[in-house]
Amino acid sequence: MKIKKIILATCLGLMASVAHAETSQEKGLRIAKEADARDNGFKDLTADMKMILKNRAGKTSTRNIRIKTLEVNGDGDKSMSLFDSPADVKGTTMLTYTHGLKADDQWLYLPALRRVKRINSRNKSGPFMGSEFAFEDLGSQEVEKYTYNFLREEPCGSGWTCNVVERKPAYQYSGYSRQVVWSDTKEHRLVKVDFYDRKNAKLKTLVSSGYKQYIGHYWRPATMNMQNHLTGKSTTLTWSNYKFRNGLTSRDFNKNSLQRR
Amino acid sequence: MNMKTRTALLTSLLMTSLTTSLQADVSGNIAVEGRYFSHNGLYPLQENSNVSISLQPEFRKRWDNDRKSFTFIPFYRWDNNDDERSHGDIRQLDTTIATGDWEYQAGISKVFWGVTESQHLVDIINQTDSVENIDGEDKLGQPMLRVSRIFDEGSIGLYVLPYFRERTFAGASGRLRTPLVVDTDNPRFESSDDERHIDYALRWNHTFDAVDLGLSYFDGTSREPELQQVGASLVPYYRQIQQVGLDLQYTSDSWLWKLEAIRRENADTGYNAAVGGFEYTFVGINDSSADLGAIAEYHTDSRDKLATSPFQNDIFLGARFTLNDAQSTELLAGTVFDLDSNSKTLRIEASRRIGDDIKINFEAQAVTDTDATDDPLLHSLRADDFVQLEFQRFF
Repeated sequence: MKIKKIILATCLGLMASVAHAETSQEKGLRIAKEADARDNGFKDLTADMKMILKNRAGKTSTRNIRIKTLEVNGDGDKSMSLFDSPADVKGTTMLTYTHGLKADDQWLYLPALRRVKRINSRNKSGPFMGSEFAFEDLGSQEVEKYTYNFLREEPCGSGWTCNVVERKPAYQYSGYSRQVVWSDTKEHRLVKVDFYDRKNAKLKTLVSSGYKQYIGHYWRPATMNMQNHLTGKSTTLTWSNYKFRNGLTSRDFNKNSLQRR
Repeated sequence: MNMKTRTALLTSLLMTSLTTSLQADVSGNIAVEGRYFSHNGLYPLQENSNVSISLQPEFRKRWDNDRKSFTFIPFYRWDNNDDERSHGDIRQLDTTIATGDWEYQAGISKVFWGVTESQHLVDIINQTDSVENIDGEDKLGQPMLRVSRIFDEGSIGLYVLPYFRERTFAGASGRLRTPLVVDTDNPRFESSDDERHIDYALRWNHTFDAVDLGLSYFDGTSREPELQQVGASLVPYYRQIQQVGLDLQYTSDSWLWKLEAIRRENADTGYNAAVGGFEYTFVGINDSSADLGAIAEYHTDSRDKLATSPFQNDIFLGARFTLNDAQSTELLAGTVFDLDSNSKTLRIEASRRIGDDIKINFEAQAVTDTDATDDPLLHSLRADDFVQLEFQRFF
C-alpha cells in the first residue's frame, strides 16, 4: 500500500513538474507547431481571391487574383499570384519561394514586355497592391518566422475557445513589433490577429470567418477582413474555388512557367 | 481591297470566330496618345503636335492548370501625321503546351531576355517596333518554334525563327527620325533567303541562390540594320550575325546588381558591348509606404565612336519612385550622360490608374549638348524634345 502511494505521489509530482516546466514561450511555440502540423500534407492548393479595398470615405476598388500554392517539405512553400484585375495589370504574376528566416526569393512577370524580373524582398512591410495587407501578411507563415508567447485561453465566438498567443517577427525588415493571434484550440483556425507597428501602437486587425473544411481535413476561411486603425481604410479578401491536390509540381512554380500567361 | 483593309477584315473575322468558338477570355485596351514637340521640326512636313489612337484586344484561353494555352493579340495604331506610324501587327498568336519537364511553343510571340533598365543588349529574338516609341521596348511579333527543358532552378530553350521581321522607321512627316528617311520598302539582306532565312537561338538560365544567370546564343539575321545611303534615302541592310550574350543579376535585401554583355560578329568584323550597374531601393521612405529606387548603369561598346547605338561610353543615373497606393502611381526619371561627347538625354515616365479601368501615362524626353560628329544619332533628335500624355481604357 505504502509503495503504491509513493509511486502515485511520484507520478503526480512528475506530471506537475512536466506541466510546470512548459513556459508560456514553450506553450506558444508548441501551439504554432501543432497548427503547422495540422496543415501538413495538403500538397498543393489553388483558389480565387477577390480583394476589395475600401478607403475612409467608403469608396471601393476591386482586384481579382488567383493563388496557387505548392507545399515544400523542409522549406517554405512556393506560391504564385496571378492578377486578373485591375485590367491594366492583368497577366502580371508574382512567384515567391518562401523561406524560414532567410529572405524569400521573388520574381515578377510583366506581361506587356513579357519580362521576368527578380525583385528584392526587403519590402516585406510594403502594401500588397495598394491594400491594407502587407506582403508579410500574405506570405507562408513558417513556424521559425516568429518567437511565441502564450497569453491565455478565452472564448472567441461561435462556441469556440481560442489560444491567445503573442508572436514577434524573428525575420528582418518586418513592419511589426508584435502580433497577437487568436486561434481556436480544436482545429487551429486563425480567428483574429492584432498587428502592432514598430512603435508598438495597434495598427491593424485581421478577422477571418466563414471557415469550411476541404477534402475532409483542411480548414480555410471564406472572408478575411483587415482594418487599419490609423487610416480608417480596410481591405476584404473573399476566397472561393478552393481546390486541393491538383497535381501541381515544382515545374509549375518555375520562373520559366511565369511566361505561360 | 488594299492590304490594310484586308488585314482589318481578316482580323475582325478571326476575332469573332475565336470569341464564339473558344469562349476565350477577352480583354485589351484602346488608347489615345497626344504628343507635343517643343521645337519646330528640322525637316519639312513635320508637325509640332501629334494625335494617335491604338487598339490592342487580347484573346486568351488557358486550360489544364495553365499548362496549355492559346493567345491572340492583334495590334493597330492610327497616327494623324505619319503614315509609317499608322501600322498593324500581330503581337501574339501562339499556343504553349507544358508536359512535365518539357515545354513547347509554336506561333507568333514575344521573348524578353535581360536584366538592365537603360539598355537591352542581350534581348535579340524580337524586332523593335521603333515607330511606337524610341525607348526600344516595343516589339513586333516574331514567328517561332520553341522547345524548353525545365529544371528545378532554371531552363534551357531552343528557338527556331523561320521568318524575319523588318524594323519599323518613321516616315518623312514623322518626328524622331534620321535626317534622311529610311526606305522600308526596299530592304537589303546579306542572305539570299532574304526575310525567309531561318534563325536559331539557344538560351540557358539558372538561379544560384541570390544570383540569376543567363547565357544565350543567336545565329541569324541581325535585328539591327546597317543604314546605307542610296540617293536621297537610307536603305536598311540586314546582315547575318552570331551573338553570344550573358545576363547576370545578384539580388540582396535592398540591392540589385546587374550586368549584360554581348559579343556580336558578322562575316567582316565583330565587337563587344556591355552594360552594368545597380538599383538600390529605399523602402518606406519617411514612414510612408512609398519606395524610392536609385539606379546607376554604365555602358561601353568596343566600337567607340563607330558604335551604332548611342551607348558607347555613357552613364545612366535614374530614380524610380513607387507610391504603392491603390492607383499604382509610379515615376521613373533618368539621364544618360555621354562621357565622350558630353551630350545628355533626360527621360521621365510616370503612370497612374484612375478608377478601375483607365490608366494615364506621361512621358517626356529632352536631348541637350549634342554634337554632329561625336554623336550623330542623338544629334538628329536635337529638335525632337517632347511631352506625351496617353489615356488607356482597358476592357
